[in-house]
Amino acid sequence: MNYEPIIGIEVHVELGTASKMFCGCPADHFGKEPNTQTCPVCLGLPGALPVPNKKAVEWTILLGLALGCTINEESKFDRKHYFYPDLPKGYQISQYDQPLAIGGSLELSNNPIIQSSNNPIKKKIRIRRVHLEEDTGKLQHAVVDGQRVSLVDFNRSGVALVEIVTEPDFRSVEEVDLFTKKLQQIVRYLRISSADMEKGSMRIEPSISMRKVESRKSKVESGEYPNYRVEIKNINSFKFARKAIEYEIIRQTEMLVHGDTPTQQTRGYVEAKGVTVAQREKEEAHDYRYFPEPDIPPMRWESSQLSAISRQIGELPDAKMKRFITAYGLSAYDAGLLVETKERAEYFEQVIRQKSAVISLKTIANWIINKKVDIEKTSPAQLLEQIVESTVVSAITDSEMETIIKQVLLDNVKAAEDYKNGKAQALMFLVGQAMRLAKGKSTAEILKINIIETIKI
Amino acid sequence: MDIKELTIQSALEGFQKKKFTVVDVVRACLANIQKYNDDYHALLTVVDEKTLLCQAEKIDKTDYSLPLSGIPIVLKDLFTTTGLRTTAGSKVLEHYTPVYDATVVARLKAAGAIIIGKANQDAWGHGSSGENTDYIPAKNPYDPSRVPGGSSSGSAVAVALGMCLASTGTDTGSSVRGPAAFCNLVGLKPTYGRVSRYGIIAMASSFDTIGHITKTVYDNALMCEITAGKDAYDATTGDQQVPTYSQGLDGTLRGKTIGLPKEYFELKGMDPRVRDATQAAIKKMEDLGARVIEVSLPHTTVAMACYYILVPSEVSSNLARFDGVRFGCGRETFGLEAKRRVMIGTYALSSGYYDAYYQTAAKIRTLIKKDFDDVFTKVDAIVAPSSPTLPFTIGERSSDPVAMYLSDIFMCPVNISGVPAVNVPCGFVGDLPVGLQIIGPQFGEQNIYQIASVYEKATEWYKRTTPV
Amino acid sequence: MSDLLSPTEIEHIAALAHLIITTDHYELFASQLSSILVFISKLQEVPIIDVAPTSQVTGLVNVYREDVVDQARVLSQTQALSNAHQKHNGFFVVPAVFES
Repeated sequence: MNYEPIIGIEVHVELGTASKMFCGCPADHFGKEPNTQTCPVCLGLPGALPVPNKKAVEWTILLGLALGCTINEESKFDRKHYFYPDLPKGYQISQYDQPLAIGGSLELSNNPIIQSSNNPIKKKIRIRRVHLEEDTGKLQHAVVDGQRVSLVDFNRSGVALVEIVTEPDFRSVEEVDLFTKKLQQIVRYLRISSADMEKGSMRIEPSISMRKVESRKSKVESGEYPNYRVEIKNINSFKFARKAIEYEIIRQTEMLVHGDTPTQQTRGYVEAKGVTVAQREKEEAHDYRYFPEPDIPPMRWESSQLSAISRQIGELPDAKMKRFITAYGLSAYDAGLLVETKERAEYFEQVIRQKSAVISLKTIANWIINKKVDIEKTSPAQLLEQIVESTVVSAITDSEMETIIKQVLLDNVKAAEDYKNGKAQALMFLVGQAMRLAKGKSTAEILKINIIETIKI
Repeated sequence: MDIKELTIQSALEGFQKKKFTVVDVVRACLANIQKYNDDYHALLTVVDEKTLLCQAEKIDKTDYSLPLSGIPIVLKDLFTTTGLRTTAGSKVLEHYTPVYDATVVARLKAAGAIIIGKANQDAWGHGSSGENTDYIPAKNPYDPSRVPGGSSSGSAVAVALGMCLASTGTDTGSSVRGPAAFCNLVGLKPTYGRVSRYGIIAMASSFDTIGHITKTVYDNALMCEITAGKDAYDATTGDQQVPTYSQGLDGTLRGKTIGLPKEYFELKGMDPRVRDATQAAIKKMEDLGARVIEVSLPHTTVAMACYYILVPSEVSSNLARFDGVRFGCGRETFGLEAKRRVMIGTYALSSGYYDAYYQTAAKIRTLIKKDFDDVFTKVDAIVAPSSPTLPFTIGERSSDPVAMYLSDIFMCPVNISGVPAVNVPCGFVGDLPVGLQIIGPQFGEQNIYQIASVYEKATEWYKRTTPV
Repeated sequence: MSDLLSPTEIEHIAALAHLIITTDHYELFASQLSSILVFISKLQEVPIIDVAPTSQVTGLVNVYREDVVDQARVLSQTQALSNAHQKHNGFFVVPAVFES
């Protein structure tokens, strides 16, 4: 009997807005002293009221549109009730039956960076919804005065969080890996979040069940999902996501093979042991008693507003990659690497615009990809200089250089004298003359150095 | 200067004309607190004398140009005040000292008012008599064997006994109008969203309104000018301009059409003496030029049911934040009435029941709101008693929550639809005050104030202060 | 529809609401909660097909705030912790919460 994994995922992305979702506290909480970025609203003090962050709403719609979703004409917030020390109001303001965006998809296709072209996965993953909610505070364990306690920090409470929920369309760990990396890339392209798994600004919660494969001959999906699923939490890297899912697949398969049905539950991934463990949970946990958030009026969108937001999406990674391949004659692999981040792609195109005809596209691509150029510190012009310098070093031989310098000094004795007597201008003149003789085989800098050295002698 | 007769209007005049000072008025208030609070339990917290006199002295050095210069007011204990204990009438918050001011508190302070203290109330706003306080219940100043009404019980008692010149309250189903009616005072329930709820401990978020209690309509209108208006911290406040309500109170009732809901007057269980006093008041309005017609609010019979599903649902949600971690005592400290409402609300929202209970009630709400909207196409105001009975004796209803809930029957439909209403005194039965409710369309405060003011000037019931 | 809620149901609702209802109060709560069933049956007599529920009476839509930091409202650590039952090194303290 064979089993195949049925996996759906929930991804949470912390938006990089300046302020929190429902109040004006700073949203950037990483590394801050505990409870120094709170206010009555995000601390859940009696009497406080939420007012939604316009940019957070717009960015959620932006993401929804980029993922091919339909934006609900009318949308609202709802209260989701449960008790936990990191949830100050005893409810989370989230979205229930009228989320901002529904029904999109993401094509996995070929990501040359993370999968070989031998067995490319080409699949469309359906996105059920994209909605907006607020983040909770943070809990950590400690021992205080001999007692085991939990310490709560509300700096993160109220930060804008987008939740992306997929249909259970994944059938392998690789597919999940491709999807999450692609989603991260898109989120970063849109510049709405740092989407950093390690820092917690992107979190993945896969839900896994195993289904009997009816027939090895038929590739048609039976359409029915298993009557249980296991949700995995506490994953903070792509690597751990893979390990957790792999572990779960084995664990569940073993149970099923023995005739047991895995329990519907939430499990946490334990990094140190590479396993998942059941989390204690009360049966009431899932009755969230949703009702429409009375403190926040509903949201309504007109198509003109949505069009305006849509125009802000810009060229997404897939389209950019395709264009790079055709416009620049690059390989899929190289194009894939160049468009990995929007910044790198833009940098590449800036360098291209500024380069001279002598330097090839391939060279530039090569440099950026292989020589780990720090695009933050090296300007396009500087990069071009470096490229030319290195190519030029091989383009001009030592004896050719000697000949050129000798010629220049011979032809311009007066200028050489002027320079020796301290006239800097004269040097520039000599360099100009040398450039003409060098015919592009060297740079001004290199020629200057050689002239100076020769004159010294 | 008799503080029990003094109004905001006459106080400001007195200050400006140097007849007496703010210090005089504050001292008089403190004297009444000293004299009456131990018996009538109007206030849970009183600001210390030194601080108050210091504030008063400062204001006496100004030219009293702020709209509420030196006016001593009491705040219902749901109003969050920086550095001043705020209990919501509950033991859960017995030691809670907020670190921020409610928007309304900030506005009142900015207008020059002096906060004298925090008023007793039914815990969390849950009640119509004042008996559900976790502290000692307040008493009716016209007859201490009777209730003063709730939930803003202490707020009404404090004004009636001259402990302040005005007080604030909240009205979610009757809680400003009820106590005002039982204590011979003017109490406003504004349009939902007219006054900011930021910093007011929430009872039912889509029903709570922020009102106030005064001796006269003019005073009430003046306070409304100051508290009303958009607040960036409360997304349910709209952009509507705030008229100078106090300047629009004159004239007659000629040209006004007043509607009497037949379902209200047909109610069994309305005290006939209340009906008589109400009808006398209506006759007076006709004498003053109003045209009176019968109207219908057909869903009156299901209003209580609708209210008692939706409000506890929102209550159960709003009380979820009280977990004893960041503030207050643990949830075991909740009183019985609070627990009851939380349980009802949790039940109504729970899985399997949400559609049949909460959603059904929410649809009925649409119909009740429509009843009012339709009637206001025909009339300028709706008039009815505030309470179907006279102030009842202490303990009479406290063991029968359904009877207690029914005392709001004329008032809670107003909260369901969100329109404004004001209670104005309309007579006495023996020593006991009767209150008339004037209900207006959404943002129709000016309208109902004007009608109330014309009636008040012709009848002057407010002049009959408490017998003590 | 006039059945009293059972103790199990009361227990379940109390657990959802994070309230402790002692067994001697079960009957009291059962009868009081059941009274709302009377209210419900009244509501269910009203025809409500095609009626949309009202969750807000203002009629407002699209109320937002701009994405700016509101420093005036940010509390200091001391203020944030000032009413806490128990605090430690800038954190709120609660009895240990066990995940598994």
